[in-house]
Amino acid sequence: MSVAAATPPVLEARGLVRSFGGVRAVDGVSLAVRAGELLALIGPNGAGKTTCFNLIGGQLRPEAGTVRLAGADITGLPPPRVFRAGVGRTFQITATFGSMTVRENVQMALLSHARRLFGLWRPARERMRREAEALLARVGMAEQAERACGVLAYGDLKRVELAIALAGAPRLLLMDEPTAGMAPAERGALMALVVRLARESGIAVLFTEHDMDVVFGHADRVVVLDRGRVLAEGTPEAVRADPRVRAAYLGWISV
Amino acid sequence: MDALILQALNGLASASSLFLVASGLTVIFGVSRIVNFAHGSLYMLGAYIGWTLVTRLAGDGAPGPLGFWGGVLLAALAVGLVGVVIEVLLLRRLYRAPELFPLLATFGVVLIVQDLALWIWGPQDLLGPRAPGLRGAAELPLLGLRFPRYELFLIALGPVVLGLLWLLFHRTRFGVLVRAATEDREMVGALGVDQRALFTGVFFLGAALAGLAGALQLPRESVNLHMDLAVIVEAFVVVVVGGLGSLGGAFLAALLIGELHAFGILIFPRITLVLVFLVMAVVLVLRPHGLLGAAPAGAAPAAAGAAEPVVRPAPAPVRRLGLAALALAFALPPFLGDYALSVLADLAVFVLFATSLHLLMGPGGMASFGHAAYFGIGAYAAALLAHHLAAPMAAGIALAPIAAGLAGLGFGWFCVRLSGVYSAMLTLAFAQIAWSVAFQWVEVTGGDNGILGVWPDPWARDRLVFTYLVLALCAGAGFLLLRAVHAPFGYALRALRDSGPRAAAIGIPAVPVRWLAFALAAAMAGIAGALFAYGKGSVFPTLLAIPRSVDALLMVLLGGVQTVTGPIWGALAYAGLSEQLVRATGHWRLVLGLAIVALVLFFPEGLAGAARRRWEARMAAARP
Repeated sequence: MSVAAATPPVLEARGLVRSFGGVRAVDGVSLAVRAGELLALIGPNGAGKTTCFNLIGGQLRPEAGTVRLAGADITGLPPPRVFRAGVGRTFQITATFGSMTVRENVQMALLSHARRLFGLWRPARERMRREAEALLARVGMAEQAERACGVLAYGDLKRVELAIALAGAPRLLLMDEPTAGMAPAERGALMALVVRLARESGIAVLFTEHDMDVVFGHADRVVVLDRGRVLAEGTPEAVRADPRVRAAYLGWISV
Repeated sequence: MDALILQALNGLASASSLFLVASGLTVIFGVSRIVNFAHGSLYMLGAYIGWTLVTRLAGDGAPGPLGFWGGVLLAALAVGLVGVVIEVLLLRRLYRAPELFPLLATFGVVLIVQDLALWIWGPQDLLGPRAPGLRGAAELPLLGLRFPRYELFLIALGPVVLGLLWLLFHRTRFGVLVRAATEDREMVGALGVDQRALFTGVFFLGAALAGLAGALQLPRESVNLHMDLAVIVEAFVVVVVGGLGSLGGAFLAALLIGELHAFGILIFPRITLVLVFLVMAVVLVLRPHGLLGAAPAGAAPAAAGAAEPVVRPAPAPVRRLGLAALALAFALPPFLGDYALSVLADLAVFVLFATSLHLLMGPGGMASFGHAAYFGIGAYAAALLAHHLAAPMAAGIALAPIAAGLAGLGFGWFCVRLSGVYSAMLTLAFAQIAWSVAFQWVEVTGGDNGILGVWPDPWARDRLVFTYLVLALCAGAGFLLLRAVHAPFGYALRALRDSGPRAAAIGIPAVPVRWLAFALAAAMAGIAGALFAYGKGSVFPTLLAIPRSVDALLMVLLGGVQTVTGPIWGALAYAGLSEQLVRATGHWRLVLGLAIVALVLFFPEGLAGAARRRWEARMAAARP
């Protein structure tokens, strides 16, 4: 317990604020994720989950508040520098490189992590190939390494994005709706994989999710957002039992 | 003081004409997202048709008011109909194609119209009649100055047309739909509006405005075959400075550019040609979407990358074919005459030129309308060294890529920070600045007379030796570019094109990668330019001019943007074709224009892309 208290959390966001045209989409959100822990960020549509993600991932600058990664201030850094600080990210709407194969997508992330982007001579296709294949094997996509990303099923694309995010050896994984568009059995398998990765490598995972089975089945802690503010926070059981959450969301959370 | 007022009034008159052309261009772009290169041709057609109508309707004598104004309005309507024909037959089929294809198609139309105009009206300049009722000069109240009546009429016409367009767009159903479509095309379609009719209507309006502007020039200047390109560049500048799709912006920008022309001649007579483009560059750097333009809604372009085909190494037979072609190019020279040797050297130069542009357009996904700048800067670097310092050829060839690369770094610093059409227009602006320097800095560059006597060193003066030198250098530089495209750098460039958010999330820095691509492409084009200069023995400002930039664009698009070896085949086909056409027929523009249009309609992936698809289909069919 004392060791955990001495080391700072992997992610520590304090008092994040961001508004769009007068509406405070995120209004003073604070949260922390420790190594090896899965924190679910939930709330109804428009609660500010994706904005929160974009503030932490560098896609948006907060108007107030700080973001610390393992103690270092990364507030307002652009996404490439957030990546270098050790943050891997998957998107709500998957984003991959359409003109490359699955393996090349992962190779690009590996090459970027190894700071080998400006090579002009040796073919990229041959570089860090084994590492890419190992990562694809970890997420169960080894067989599809040579396919184009454009022809993959949506659930498979999510796995590729996970492999890409892992290529940067992240301390923190940001996963925006990691299982959206997947079949129920597939969801469980993917989240079990994420839990295993988090425990084995001590990666902190922050994810949003609409599927409450996924949230209550795999998250260590849950933060509930409502209209840009933290409504409740705690273990899945505590959040489920919280009268405020029940009052506000009875019927929304189908428990 | 009086002179200044007169000059200001002159500026206002030009601003009005400029606004008429630019308003049509900006309305068309706003709705269809098509950069209509043929807009200048519509303006020229307006002038020619207006000339014919006005002189015919007048019979022998000077035209009466009805003959003149009736002729001008009929010309505008006729050009509007030409616009409808172009939209229905050609552009309608291209709305889903990548941004550059409509541009290419409209350039084909430019060539076709040029030849048709030459065929119908002949090469000589045509003088139009004065406007009845507006001849001579009028006394200006209060100022006590005399100013031509027709110019005063034009000054008034600009705001009147702006007002009419405002009424059209705010008080009619058609106008409201056009504005809605400018904001969000998908949404308007989803609401059940017939987009085809809307687009055709917008084209009619835009073309008619261009035709009106052209016909109204009759009393001011002679009608000639160069009106199209002269006006299109200015109109682009106005539209971009004002903000694409913004009428008010176009009006402001037309005033700015019109006055700049008028006073630039007084204040900076030495840099009149550069001034407009300098202003455009400054505006775009300060306001990346023009004076009154807005950022495109809902950053859509990211999704466009999803449709790109996967780039894979060429299949072995194709690679063997390429190597065989290269071997043939190196084996042939001893059996060729001087003329064939110089054609071969030119082809090699064009292949390198096109390959360098392809790095930006293919993997980079950036359009460059001014690639000739780097070709020309390379050529001038070598020529200036030879002319002023009598330096050997090796020094010239070594300096050329450095000079062009530095220019690429300088220009690219601005261009990589803008998006899409704005970035492309900035490349055009920089190319025009470079051209103006070559044209106007007579003491150093020789101006229009160019620099003569840029010959290779004695050891390479033999045609055969020189051809081998060119082949070796072009093959080497081209090979370097091919390696770069397949290396991590080329992949990083492609990653940025495919998905900006994903590239950023894995740490690929957009600006440095694209900036380096600019410099690399520029340096390689510079080598091509220097070799071209030594091959011809001279350099002229035309090396940096717009037609040469268009040549490069055509070669790349002809070969296929999405295919790594596309620019090679494109350059060979285009340079070979135009060379043969110029020799075989007086109507080469017509044939080339029709070929471009056919290509865009039937081979949208370019020659290499189409060949690859056939190959893949055959391989798939052959598999059990």
